[in-house]
Amino acid sequence: MVRQNKTANRIITIILILLSCVFILPILIVLMNSFKGKLFISDQPFVFPTFFKRDLGEAGIQPKTFVGGKNYASGIEKIHFWSAFGRSVFITVFAVLIIVLFTAMTAWFITRVKGHYSSSLYYLFVFSMVIPFQMVMFPMTKVANVLHLDNPIGILVLYLGFGAGMSVFMFSGFVKGIPIDIEEAATIDGCNPMQCFFKVVFPVMKPTIITVAILNTMWVWNDYLMPYLVMGKDYPTIPVAIQYLQGGYGSIDMGAMMAMLILAIIPIVVFYAFCQKYIIEGVVAGAVKG
Amino acid sequence: MQRTLRKYWAVFTLPTLVCFILAFFIPFIMGFGLSFAKFTTIVDAKFVGFSNYIKAFSGDASFLSALGRSLIFTAACVVLINLFGFTLALLLTRKMRGTNVFRTIFFMPNLIGGIVLGYIWQLIFNGVLAKFNQTLTTDGKYGIIGLIILMCWQMTGYMMVIYIAGLQNVSPDLIEAAQIDGASAWQTLIHVKIPMVMPSITICMFMTLANSFKLFDQNLALTNGAPDDTSALVALDIFKTFYSRTGYEGVGQAKAVIFTIIVAVIAFVQLHATREKEVEN
Repeated sequence: MVRQNKTANRIITIILILLSCVFILPILIVLMNSFKGKLFISDQPFVFPTFFKRDLGEAGIQPKTFVGGKNYASGIEKIHFWSAFGRSVFITVFAVLIIVLFTAMTAWFITRVKGHYSSSLYYLFVFSMVIPFQMVMFPMTKVANVLHLDNPIGILVLYLGFGAGMSVFMFSGFVKGIPIDIEEAATIDGCNPMQCFFKVVFPVMKPTIITVAILNTMWVWNDYLMPYLVMGKDYPTIPVAIQYLQGGYGSIDMGAMMAMLILAIIPIVVFYAFCQKYIIEGVVAGAVKG
Repeated sequence: MQRTLRKYWAVFTLPTLVCFILAFFIPFIMGFGLSFAKFTTIVDAKFVGFSNYIKAFSGDASFLSALGRSLIFTAACVVLINLFGFTLALLLTRKMRGTNVFRTIFFMPNLIGGIVLGYIWQLIFNGVLAKFNQTLTTDGKYGIIGLIILMCWQMTGYMMVIYIAGLQNVSPDLIEAAQIDGASAWQTLIHVKIPMVMPSITICMFMTLANSFKLFDQNLALTNGAPDDTSALVALDIFKTFYSRTGYEGVGQAKAVIFTIIVAVIAFVQLHATREKEVEN
Protein backbone atom coordinates (compact mmCIF):
# COMPACT_ATOMS: atom_id res chain seq x y z
CA MET A 1 0.00 0.00 0.00
CA VAL A 2 2.70 2.44 1.04
CA ARG A 3 4.97 1.48 -1.84
CA GLN A 4 2.10 1.82 -4.30
CA ASN A 5 1.46 5.32 -2.96
CA LYS A 6 5.09 6.23 -3.43
CA THR A 7 5.17 5.28 -7.10
CA ALA A 8 1.85 7.01 -7.65
CA ASN A 9 3.17 10.16 -6.00
CA ARG A 10 6.28 10.04 -8.13
CA ILE A 11 4.24 9.83 -11.33
CA ILE A 12 1.96 12.63 -10.18
CA THR A 13 4.96 14.81 -9.32
CA ILE A 14 6.33 14.32 -12.83
CA ILE A 15 2.97 15.23 -14.36
CA LEU A 16 2.76 18.32 -12.17
CA ILE A 17 6.27 19.40 -13.13
CA LEU A 18 5.37 19.09 -16.82
CA LEU A 19 2.17 21.06 -16.23
CA SER A 20 4.08 23.77 -14.37
CA CYS A 21 6.30 24.13 -17.42
CA VAL A 22 3.20 24.52 -19.61
CA PHE A 23 1.96 27.23 -17.25
CA ILE A 24 5.20 29.20 -17.29
CA LEU A 25 6.09 28.61 -20.94
CA PRO A 26 3.96 31.38 -22.50
CA ILE A 27 5.71 33.99 -20.35
CA LEU A 28 9.15 32.53 -21.10
CA ILE A 29 8.38 32.65 -24.82
CA VAL A 30 7.48 36.33 -24.55
CA LEU A 31 10.66 36.93 -22.54
CA MET A 32 12.77 35.19 -25.19
CA ASN A 33 11.16 37.17 -28.00
CA SER A 34 11.67 40.45 -26.18
CA PHE A 35 15.39 40.10 -27.02
CA LYS A 36 14.83 39.44 -30.71
CA GLY A 37 14.69 41.96 -33.53
CA LYS A 38 11.13 43.05 -34.24
CA LEU A 39 11.07 41.46 -37.71
CA PHE A 40 11.92 38.00 -36.36
CA ILE A 41 9.11 37.70 -33.81
CA SER A 42 5.75 37.15 -35.52
CA ASP A 43 7.01 34.56 -38.02
CA GLN A 44 8.96 32.37 -35.65
CA PRO A 45 8.12 33.04 -32.02
CA PHE A 46 9.39 29.63 -30.91
CA VAL A 47 12.92 30.05 -32.25
CA PHE A 48 15.72 31.13 -29.94
CA PRO A 49 17.50 34.38 -30.74
CA THR A 50 20.72 33.85 -32.68
CA PHE A 51 23.83 35.69 -31.57
CA PHE A 52 25.87 35.52 -34.80
CA LYS A 53 25.27 35.91 -38.47
CA ARG A 54 25.92 32.56 -40.06
CA ASP A 55 26.29 31.40 -43.61
CA LEU A 56 24.29 28.20 -43.99
CA GLY A 57 25.46 27.62 -47.55
CA GLU A 58 22.56 26.72 -49.80
CA ALA A 59 19.97 27.44 -47.11
CA GLY A 60 20.99 31.09 -47.26
CA ILE A 61 22.29 33.36 -44.59
CA GLN A 62 20.98 33.09 -41.06
CA PRO A 63 20.77 36.61 -39.64
CA LYS A 64 21.68 37.66 -36.14
CA THR A 65 18.37 38.13 -34.35
CA PHE A 66 19.55 39.02 -30.84
CA VAL A 67 19.20 42.75 -30.19
CA GLY A 68 19.94 42.99 -26.47
CA GLY A 69 17.93 45.64 -24.65
CA LYS A 70 17.00 47.59 -27.77
CA ASN A 71 13.31 46.61 -27.65
CA TYR A 72 13.13 47.68 -24.03
CA ALA A 73 14.66 51.06 -24.80
CA SER A 74 12.37 51.75 -27.75
CA GLY A 75 9.26 50.47 -25.95
CA ILE A 76 9.94 52.59 -22.87
CA GLU A 77 10.34 55.62 -25.09
CA LYS A 78 7.29 54.92 -27.27
CA ILE A 79 4.72 54.49 -24.54
CA HIS A 80 6.50 56.62 -21.90
CA PHE A 81 6.59 53.53 -19.75
CA TRP A 82 7.97 55.09 -16.60
CA SER A 83 5.29 57.75 -16.37
CA ALA A 84 2.60 55.12 -17.04
CA PHE A 85 4.20 52.98 -14.36
CA GLY A 86 4.29 55.84 -11.85
CA ARG A 87 0.68 56.67 -12.64
CA SER A 88 -0.44 53.06 -12.18
CA VAL A 89 1.38 52.85 -8.85
CA PHE A 90 -0.08 56.18 -7.66
CA ILE A 91 -3.64 55.29 -8.63
CA THR A 92 -3.47 51.76 -7.23
CA VAL A 93 -1.92 52.75 -3.89
CA PHE A 94 -4.23 55.66 -3.18
CA ALA A 95 -7.38 54.03 -4.53
CA VAL A 96 -6.79 50.99 -2.32
CA LEU A 97 -5.99 53.18 0.72
CA ILE A 98 -9.16 55.24 0.46
CA ILE A 99 -11.31 52.23 -0.40
CA VAL A 100 -10.08 50.34 2.67
CA LEU A 101 -10.37 53.32 5.03
CA PHE A 102 -13.72 54.74 3.97
CA THR A 103 -15.57 51.50 3.26
CA ALA A 104 -14.42 50.08 6.62
CA MET A 105 -15.84 53.18 8.35
CA THR A 106 -19.08 52.95 6.40
CA ALA A 107 -19.44 49.23 7.04
CA TRP A 108 -18.93 49.67 10.78
CA PHE A 109 -21.50 52.47 10.92
CA ILE A 110 -24.22 50.69 8.97
CA THR A 111 -23.73 47.47 10.93
CA ARG A 112 -23.79 49.11 14.36
CA VAL A 113 -26.43 51.80 13.84
CA LYS A 114 -29.75 50.20 12.99
CA GLY A 115 -32.33 52.08 10.95
CA HIS A 116 -33.68 52.80 7.50
CA TYR A 117 -30.63 54.82 6.50
CA SER A 118 -28.24 51.97 7.26
CA SER A 119 -30.30 49.22 5.72
CA SER A 120 -31.01 51.15 2.52
CA LEU A 121 -27.29 51.91 2.16
CA TYR A 122 -26.47 48.26 2.68
CA TYR A 123 -28.90 47.06 0.02
CA LEU A 124 -27.75 49.73 -2.43
CA PHE A 125 -24.15 48.61 -2.05
CA VAL A 126 -25.03 44.94 -2.44
CA PHE A 127 -27.13 45.77 -5.50
CA SER A 128 -24.20 47.61 -7.11
CA MET A 129 -22.01 44.49 -6.85
CA VAL A 130 -24.21 42.74 -9.39
CA ILE A 131 -24.21 45.49 -12.03
CA PRO A 132 -21.60 45.06 -14.80
CA PHE A 133 -19.43 48.02 -15.75
CA GLN A 134 -20.92 48.22 -19.27
CA MET A 135 -24.22 49.39 -17.78
CA VAL A 136 -22.74 52.59 -16.38
CA MET A 137 -19.63 53.18 -18.48
CA PHE A 138 -21.04 55.71 -20.91
CA PRO A 139 -22.85 57.99 -18.43
CA MET A 140 -20.02 57.60 -15.91
CA THR A 141 -17.52 58.90 -18.44
CA LYS A 142 -19.73 61.94 -19.04
CA VAL A 143 -20.14 62.59 -15.30
CA ALA A 144 -16.38 62.32 -14.88
CA ASN A 145 -15.80 64.82 -17.69
CA VAL A 146 -18.29 67.36 -16.37
CA LEU A 147 -16.91 67.15 -12.81
CA HIS A 148 -13.26 67.14 -13.98
CA LEU A 149 -12.60 63.73 -12.51
CA ASP A 150 -10.74 62.76 -15.69
CA ASN A 151 -7.27 62.77 -14.09
CA PRO A 152 -5.30 60.47 -11.78
CA ILE A 153 -6.66 62.16 -8.66
CA GLY A 154 -10.26 62.40 -9.81
CA ILE A 155 -10.39 58.76 -10.86
CA LEU A 156 -9.80 57.82 -7.21
CA VAL A 157 -13.33 59.08 -6.51
CA LEU A 158 -14.68 56.74 -9.19
CA TYR A 159 -12.71 53.78 -7.85
CA LEU A 160 -14.02 54.38 -4.33
CA GLY A 161 -17.55 54.70 -5.65
CA PHE A 162 -17.42 51.66 -7.88
CA GLY A 163 -15.43 49.52 -5.47
CA ALA A 164 -17.61 50.41 -2.48
CA GLY A 165 -20.14 47.61 -3.04
CA MET A 166 -17.88 44.62 -2.60
CA SER A 167 -15.70 46.19 0.10
CA VAL A 168 -18.58 47.40 2.28
CA PHE A 169 -20.20 44.00 1.91
CA MET A 170 -17.06 42.17 3.04
CA PHE A 171 -16.36 44.51 5.97
CA SER A 172 -20.00 44.34 7.11
CA GLY A 173 -19.85 40.57 7.15
CA PHE A 174 -16.80 40.78 9.40
CA VAL A 175 -18.16 43.44 11.76
CA LYS A 176 -21.30 41.35 12.38
CA GLY A 177 -18.98 38.70 13.83
CA ILE A 178 -17.07 40.87 16.31
CA PRO A 179 -18.59 41.19 19.78
CA ILE A 180 -19.88 44.67 20.56
CA ASP A 181 -18.63 44.44 24.18
CA ILE A 182 -15.15 45.77 23.43
CA GLU A 183 -16.54 48.82 21.68
CA GLU A 184 -18.95 49.48 24.57
CA ALA A 185 -16.12 49.16 27.07
CA ALA A 186 -14.08 51.67 25.06
CA THR A 187 -17.04 54.06 25.00
CA ILE A 188 -17.48 53.79 28.76
CA ASP A 189 -13.76 54.53 29.14
CA GLY A 190 -14.43 57.81 27.34
CA CYS A 191 -13.64 57.10 23.69
CA ASN A 192 -15.64 59.04 21.15
CA PRO A 193 -16.76 57.07 18.05
CA MET A 194 -13.71 58.17 16.04
CA GLN A 195 -11.28 56.99 18.71
CA CYS A 196 -13.31 53.85 19.21
CA PHE A 197 -13.13 53.05 15.50
CA PHE A 198 -9.45 53.76 14.96
CA LYS A 199 -8.12 52.38 18.26
CA VAL A 200 -10.40 49.38 18.73
CA VAL A 201 -12.35 48.34 15.63
CA PHE A 202 -9.92 49.05 12.79
CA PRO A 203 -7.05 46.98 14.29
CA VAL A 204 -9.40 44.05 14.86
CA MET A 205 -10.44 44.17 11.20
CA LYS A 206 -6.90 43.37 10.02
CA PRO A 207 -7.60 40.03 8.29
CA THR A 208 -10.47 41.50 6.28
CA ILE A 209 -8.44 44.63 5.55
CA ILE A 210 -5.76 42.44 3.94
CA THR A 211 -8.36 40.57 1.88
CA VAL A 212 -10.11 43.74 0.71
CA ALA A 213 -6.80 45.46 -0.05
CA ILE A 214 -5.54 42.54 -2.14
CA LEU A 215 -8.75 42.10 -4.14
CA ASN A 216 -8.88 45.82 -4.87
CA THR A 217 -5.18 46.01 -5.75
CA MET A 218 -5.64 43.25 -8.34
CA TRP A 219 -8.68 45.01 -9.76
CA VAL A 220 -7.30 48.56 -9.93
CA TRP A 221 -3.82 47.62 -11.16
CA ASN A 222 -5.15 45.52 -14.04
CA ASP A 223 -8.20 47.63 -14.83
CA TYR A 224 -8.28 48.76 -18.44
CA LEU A 225 -11.72 50.06 -19.36
CA MET A 226 -12.28 52.69 -16.68
CA PRO A 227 -8.90 54.49 -17.03
CA TYR A 228 -9.15 54.21 -20.82
CA LEU A 229 -12.62 55.77 -20.99
CA VAL A 230 -12.13 58.35 -18.26
CA MET A 231 -8.53 59.53 -18.79
CA GLY A 232 -7.69 58.08 -22.21
CA LYS A 233 -4.53 59.26 -23.94
CA ASP A 234 -3.86 62.10 -21.50
CA TYR A 235 -3.03 59.91 -18.53
CA PRO A 236 -2.48 56.31 -19.66
CA THR A 237 -1.94 53.62 -17.04
CA ILE A 238 0.14 50.54 -17.96
CA PRO A 239 -2.68 48.47 -19.55
CA VAL A 240 -3.92 51.51 -21.48
CA ALA A 241 -0.40 52.37 -22.69
CA ILE A 242 0.12 48.79 -23.90
CA GLN A 243 -3.18 48.85 -25.76
CA TYR A 244 -2.14 52.12 -27.44
CA LEU A 245 1.07 50.46 -28.60
CA GLN A 246 -1.13 48.14 -30.63
CA GLY A 247 -3.59 50.72 -31.89
CA GLY A 248 -1.76 53.96 -32.31
CA TYR A 249 1.33 53.43 -34.39
CA GLY A 250 0.20 51.88 -37.64
CA SER A 251 1.95 48.56 -37.97
CA ILE A 252 2.64 47.17 -34.55
CA ASP A 253 6.22 47.08 -33.24
CA MET A 254 6.35 43.49 -31.97
CA GLY A 255 9.74 43.98 -30.31
CA ALA A 256 8.56 46.88 -28.18
CA MET A 257 5.33 45.02 -27.44
CA MET A 258 7.18 41.94 -26.11
CA ALA A 259 9.45 44.10 -23.95
CA MET A 260 6.54 46.08 -22.51
CA LEU A 261 4.60 42.90 -21.71
CA ILE A 262 7.59 41.70 -19.70
CA LEU A 263 7.91 45.04 -17.90
CA ALA A 264 4.20 44.91 -17.10
CA ILE A 265 4.52 41.42 -15.63
CA ILE A 266 7.62 42.07 -13.47
CA PRO A 267 5.89 44.22 -10.79
CA ILE A 268 3.15 41.60 -10.46
CA VAL A 269 5.67 38.78 -10.03
CA VAL A 270 7.59 40.78 -7.41
CA PHE A 271 4.39 41.63 -5.53
CA TYR A 272 3.35 37.98 -5.71
CA ALA A 273 6.73 36.76 -4.47
CA PHE A 274 6.47 38.91 -1.35
CA CYS A 275 2.78 38.52 -0.46
CA GLN A 276 2.01 35.11 -1.95
CA LYS A 277 0.46 33.71 1.22
CA TYR A 278 -1.78 36.72 1.78
CA ILE A 279 -2.83 36.87 -1.87
CA ILE A 280 -3.98 33.26 -2.05
CA GLU A 281 -5.68 33.43 1.35
CA GLY A 282 -7.28 36.74 0.46
CA VAL A 283 -8.60 35.47 -2.84
CA VAL A 284 -10.09 32.36 -1.24
CA ALA A 285 -11.69 34.41 1.53
CA GLY A 286 -13.05 36.88 -1.01
CA ALA A 287 -14.57 34.14 -3.13
CA VAL A 288 -16.13 32.28 -0.23
CA LYS A 289 -17.65 35.38 1.39
CA GLY A 290 -18.39 37.43 -1.70
CA MET B 1 -23.19 53.96 21.93
CA GLN B 2 -25.58 53.82 18.98
CA ARG B 3 -26.88 57.25 19.81
CA THR B 4 -23.48 58.97 19.90
CA LEU B 5 -22.35 57.11 16.79
CA ARG B 6 -25.49 58.19 14.93
CA LYS B 7 -24.36 61.85 15.26
CA TYR B 8 -21.19 60.95 13.39
CA TRP B 9 -23.09 59.60 10.36
CA ALA B 10 -21.57 62.19 8.02
CA VAL B 11 -17.97 61.37 8.91
CA PHE B 12 -18.47 57.64 8.61
CA THR B 13 -20.74 57.30 5.60
CA LEU B 14 -20.60 60.48 3.53
CA PRO B 15 -17.22 60.03 1.76
CA THR B 16 -18.20 56.57 0.50
CA LEU B 17 -21.79 57.57 -0.22
CA VAL B 18 -20.91 60.69 -2.24
CA CYS B 19 -18.42 58.77 -4.39
CA PHE B 20 -20.90 55.94 -4.77
CA ILE B 21 -23.63 58.32 -5.96
CA LEU B 22 -21.30 60.01 -8.45
CA ALA B 23 -19.62 56.89 -9.80
CA PHE B 24 -22.48 54.43 -9.68
CA PHE B 25 -25.92 55.66 -8.75
CA ILE B 26 -26.31 58.67 -11.07
CA PRO B 27 -24.71 56.86 -14.05
CA PHE B 28 -26.93 53.84 -13.40
CA ILE B 29 -30.14 55.89 -13.45
CA MET B 30 -28.92 57.87 -16.46
CA GLY B 31 -27.95 54.69 -18.26
CA PHE B 32 -31.36 53.19 -17.71
CA GLY B 33 -33.08 56.33 -18.96
CA LEU B 34 -30.78 56.70 -21.96
CA SER B 35 -31.61 53.20 -23.14
CA PHE B 36 -34.96 54.72 -24.22
CA ALA B 37 -33.36 57.67 -25.99
CA LYS B 38 -31.43 58.59 -29.09
CA PHE B 39 -28.32 60.61 -28.28
CA THR B 40 -24.68 61.20 -29.06
CA THR B 41 -23.62 63.44 -26.19
CA ILE B 42 -26.43 62.91 -23.59
CA VAL B 43 -27.38 66.61 -23.71
CA ASP B 44 -29.16 65.99 -27.03
CA ALA B 45 -31.09 62.95 -25.79
CA LYS B 46 -34.53 62.47 -27.36
CA PHE B 47 -37.06 59.96 -26.11
CA VAL B 48 -37.64 57.17 -28.62
CA GLY B 49 -39.45 54.53 -26.57
CA PHE B 50 -38.44 50.95 -27.11
CA SER B 51 -36.90 51.42 -30.54
CA ASN B 52 -33.33 50.93 -29.20
CA TYR B 53 -34.32 47.54 -27.80
CA ILE B 54 -35.93 46.56 -31.08
CA LYS B 55 -32.84 47.70 -32.99
CA ALA B 56 -30.60 45.75 -30.63
CA PHE B 57 -32.23 42.51 -31.74
CA SER B 58 -33.04 43.32 -35.35
CA GLY B 59 -31.23 45.72 -37.66
CA ASP B 60 -27.88 44.04 -37.41
CA ALA B 61 -27.65 40.61 -35.92
CA SER B 62 -24.35 41.30 -34.14
CA PHE B 63 -25.89 41.28 -30.66
CA LEU B 64 -27.71 37.97 -30.97
CA SER B 65 -24.74 36.22 -32.52
CA ALA B 66 -22.43 37.68 -29.85
CA LEU B 67 -24.85 36.39 -27.20
CA GLY B 68 -24.79 32.97 -28.80
CA ARG B 69 -21.00 32.93 -28.91
CA SER B 70 -20.83 34.05 -25.28
CA LEU B 71 -23.18 31.22 -24.34
CA ILE B 72 -21.00 28.55 -25.99
CA PHE B 73 -17.82 30.17 -24.70
CA THR B 74 -19.15 30.40 -21.14
CA ALA B 75 -20.37 26.80 -21.13
CA ALA B 76 -16.99 25.55 -22.34
CA CYS B 77 -15.13 27.64 -19.75
CA VAL B 78 -17.32 26.57 -16.83
CA VAL B 79 -16.90 22.87 -17.62
CA LEU B 80 -13.19 22.87 -18.50
CA ILE B 81 -11.92 25.26 -15.83
CA ASN B 82 -13.76 23.48 -13.03
CA LEU B 83 -12.70 20.07 -14.26
CA PHE B 84 -9.03 21.10 -14.44
CA GLY B 85 -9.17 23.10 -11.22
CA PHE B 86 -10.76 20.28 -9.25
CA THR B 87 -8.39 17.65 -10.64
CA LEU B 88 -5.36 19.77 -9.74
CA ALA B 89 -6.78 20.39 -6.27
CA LEU B 90 -7.19 16.62 -5.75
CA LEU B 91 -3.59 16.01 -6.80
CA LEU B 92 -2.27 18.81 -4.61
CA THR B 93 -4.10 17.70 -1.47
CA ARG B 94 -2.27 14.37 -1.44
CA LYS B 95 0.55 14.31 1.05
CA MET B 96 3.45 15.08 -1.27
CA ARG B 97 6.48 17.27 -1.31
CA GLY B 98 6.46 20.47 -3.33
CA THR B 99 2.71 21.04 -3.38
CA ASN B 100 3.18 24.65 -2.31
CA VAL B 101 5.50 25.38 -5.21
CA PHE B 102 3.01 23.90 -7.70
CA ARG B 103 0.14 25.85 -6.15
CA THR B 104 2.13 29.08 -6.46
CA ILE B 105 2.89 28.44 -10.13
CA PHE B 106 -0.61 27.41 -11.14
CA PHE B 107 -2.15 30.44 -9.44
CA MET B 108 0.19 33.01 -10.93
CA PRO B 109 -1.46 33.69 -14.35
CA ASN B 110 -4.53 34.85 -12.47
CA LEU B 111 -2.71 38.00 -11.30
CA ILE B 112 -1.81 39.20 -14.79
CA GLY B 113 -4.21 41.69 -16.34
CA GLY B 114 -6.47 40.82 -19.26
CA ILE B 115 -4.80 43.11 -21.79
CA VAL B 116 -1.34 41.69 -21.12
CA LEU B 117 -2.69 38.11 -21.18
CA GLY B 118 -4.38 38.76 -24.51
CA TYR B 119 -1.14 39.90 -26.16
CA ILE B 120 0.90 37.06 -24.67
CA TRP B 121 -1.45 34.50 -26.19
CA GLN B 122 -1.79 36.38 -29.46
CA LEU B 123 1.92 35.74 -29.99
CA ILE B 124 1.63 32.05 -29.09
CA PHE B 125 -1.47 31.31 -31.18
CA ASN B 126 -0.20 33.20 -34.20
CA GLY B 127 3.08 31.30 -33.93
CA VAL B 128 1.28 27.94 -33.91
CA LEU B 129 -1.21 28.87 -36.63
CA ALA B 130 1.60 30.20 -38.84
CA LYS B 131 2.70 26.58 -39.29
CA PHE B 132 -0.62 26.02 -41.10
CA ASN B 133 -0.46 29.33 -42.99
CA GLN B 134 -3.24 30.81 -40.87
CA THR B 135 -3.52 33.59 -38.32
CA LEU B 136 -5.80 34.17 -35.35
CA THR B 137 -7.88 36.53 -37.44
CA THR B 138 -8.46 34.16 -40.37
CA ASP B 139 -11.54 32.69 -38.74
CA GLY B 140 -13.67 33.76 -35.79
CA LYS B 141 -13.52 30.21 -34.45
CA TYR B 142 -9.80 30.55 -33.76
CA GLY B 143 -10.41 33.65 -31.64
CA ILE B 144 -13.05 31.92 -29.53
CA ILE B 145 -11.09 28.68 -29.09
CA GLY B 146 -8.04 30.80 -28.25
CA LEU B 147 -10.03 32.66 -25.60
CA ILE B 148 -11.17 29.37 -24.07
CA ILE B 149 -7.55 28.17 -23.82
CA LEU B 150 -6.50 31.54 -22.40
CA MET B 151 -9.26 31.46 -19.77
CA CYS B 152 -8.33 27.91 -18.76
CA TRP B 153 -4.74 29.03 -18.34
CA GLN B 154 -5.76 32.05 -16.31
CA MET B 155 -8.55 30.74 -14.10
CA THR B 156 -7.71 27.10 -13.42
CA GLY B 157 -5.31 28.11 -10.65
CA TYR B 158 -7.90 30.40 -9.08
CA MET B 159 -10.54 27.68 -8.89
CA MET B 160 -7.87 25.23 -7.76
CA VAL B 161 -7.05 27.24 -4.61
CA ILE B 162 -10.75 27.47 -3.71
CA TYR B 163 -11.16 23.70 -4.20
CA ILE B 164 -8.01 23.06 -2.15
CA ALA B 165 -9.47 25.10 0.71
CA GLY B 166 -12.69 23.10 0.43
CA LEU B 167 -10.95 19.73 0.31
CA GLN B 168 -8.78 20.59 3.31
CA ASN B 169 -11.94 21.17 5.33
CA VAL B 170 -13.17 17.62 4.71
CA SER B 171 -12.61 15.78 7.96
CA PRO B 172 -9.89 13.10 7.65
CA ASP B 173 -11.97 10.87 9.94
CA LEU B 174 -14.67 10.72 7.31
CA ILE B 175 -12.24 9.60 4.62
CA GLU B 176 -10.61 7.13 6.96
CA ALA B 177 -14.01 5.70 7.89
CA ALA B 178 -14.80 5.23 4.20
CA GLN B 179 -11.48 3.46 3.65
CA ILE B 180 -12.03 1.15 6.62
CA ASP B 181 -15.42 0.30 5.14
CA GLY B 182 -13.50 -0.79 2.06
CA ALA B 183 -14.26 2.12 -0.28
CA SER B 184 -11.90 2.48 -3.23
CA ALA B 185 -10.23 5.81 -3.99
CA TRP B 186 -12.83 6.44 -6.69
CA GLN B 187 -15.75 5.62 -4.37
CA THR B 188 -14.29 7.90 -1.67
CA LEU B 189 -14.10 10.69 -4.22
CA ILE B 190 -17.65 10.27 -5.51
CA HIS B 191 -19.43 9.50 -2.24
CA VAL B 192 -17.42 11.45 0.33
CA LYS B 193 -15.20 14.19 -1.08
CA ILE B 194 -17.47 15.62 -3.79
CA PRO B 195 -20.59 15.85 -1.59
CA MET B 196 -18.50 17.47 1.14
CA VAL B 197 -17.10 20.18 -1.16
CA MET B 198 -20.42 20.95 -2.86
CA PRO B 199 -20.40 24.55 -1.48
CA SER B 200 -16.99 25.15 -3.14
CA ILE B 201 -18.27 23.66 -6.38
CA THR B 202 -21.26 26.02 -6.36
CA ILE B 203 -19.02 29.04 -5.73
CA CYS B 204 -16.54 28.07 -8.45
CA MET B 205 -19.24 27.32 -11.02
CA PHE B 206 -20.78 30.74 -10.58
CA MET B 207 -17.45 32.55 -10.49
CA THR B 208 -16.34 31.02 -13.78
CA LEU B 209 -19.82 31.59 -15.20
CA ALA B 210 -19.87 35.29 -14.31
CA ASN B 211 -16.24 35.93 -15.27
CA SER B 212 -16.55 34.23 -18.65
CA PHE B 213 -19.84 35.88 -19.50
CA LYS B 214 -18.52 39.35 -18.61
CA LEU B 215 -15.12 38.83 -20.29
CA PHE B 216 -13.87 41.93 -22.09
CA ASP B 217 -10.16 42.81 -21.80
CA GLN B 218 -8.84 39.48 -23.08
CA ASN B 219 -11.27 39.55 -26.00
CA LEU B 220 -10.19 43.08 -26.93
CA ALA B 221 -6.48 42.32 -26.82
CA LEU B 222 -6.52 38.87 -28.44
CA THR B 223 -8.55 39.58 -31.60
CA ASN B 224 -10.66 42.69 -31.01
CA GLY B 225 -13.48 40.70 -32.61
CA ALA B 226 -11.65 40.16 -35.91
CA PRO B 227 -12.49 39.04 -38.53
CA ASP B 228 -15.66 41.12 -38.89
CA ASP B 229 -16.67 40.78 -35.24
CA THR B 230 -17.05 37.01 -35.58
CA SER B 231 -14.95 36.51 -32.45
CA ALA B 232 -16.61 39.25 -30.38
CA LEU B 233 -18.34 38.28 -27.13
CA VAL B 234 -21.26 40.26 -25.67
CA ALA B 235 -19.24 42.78 -23.64
CA LEU B 236 -17.08 43.65 -26.64
CA ASP B 237 -20.13 43.91 -28.89
CA ILE B 238 -21.69 46.42 -26.47
CA PHE B 239 -18.46 48.42 -26.33
CA LYS B 240 -18.22 48.54 -30.11
CA THR B 241 -21.86 49.58 -30.50
CA PHE B 242 -21.16 52.52 -28.19
CA TYR B 243 -17.83 53.69 -29.48
CA SER B 244 -17.36 52.63 -33.09
CA ARG B 245 -20.74 53.55 -34.54
CA THR B 246 -22.09 57.07 -34.26
CA GLY B 247 -25.82 57.27 -33.73
CA TYR B 248 -25.89 53.87 -32.04
CA GLU B 249 -25.14 55.01 -28.47
CA GLY B 250 -28.76 54.43 -27.43
CA VAL B 251 -28.71 50.94 -28.92
CA GLY B 252 -25.49 50.26 -27.03
CA GLN B 253 -27.12 51.37 -23.79
CA ALA B 254 -30.15 49.16 -24.49
CA LYS B 255 -27.83 46.21 -25.06
CA ALA B 256 -26.08 47.06 -21.78
CA VAL B 257 -29.42 46.97 -19.95
CA ILE B 258 -30.20 43.52 -21.37
CA PHE B 259 -26.70 42.36 -20.47
CA THR B 260 -27.19 43.69 -16.93
CA ILE B 261 -30.49 41.84 -16.56
CA ILE B 262 -28.85 38.55 -17.60
CA VAL B 263 -25.95 39.08 -15.19
CA ALA B 264 -28.38 39.99 -12.38
CA VAL B 265 -30.45 36.86 -13.01
CA ILE B 266 -27.29 34.72 -12.81
CA ALA B 267 -26.35 36.42 -9.51
CA PHE B 268 -29.86 35.88 -8.15
CA VAL B 269 -29.81 32.18 -9.01
CA GLN B 270 -26.39 31.95 -7.36
CA LEU B 271 -27.67 33.58 -4.16
CA HIS B 272 -30.56 31.13 -4.13
CA ALA B 273 -28.27 28.14 -4.71
CA THR B 274 -25.82 29.11 -1.95
CA ARG B 275 -28.62 29.88 0.52
CA GLU B 276 -30.15 26.44 -0.04
CA LYS B 277 -26.80 24.80 0.64
CA GLU B 278 -26.48 26.73 3.89
CA VAL B 279 -29.83 25.41 5.09
CA GLU B 280 -28.78 21.86 4.35
CA ASN B 281 -25.67 22.22 6.46
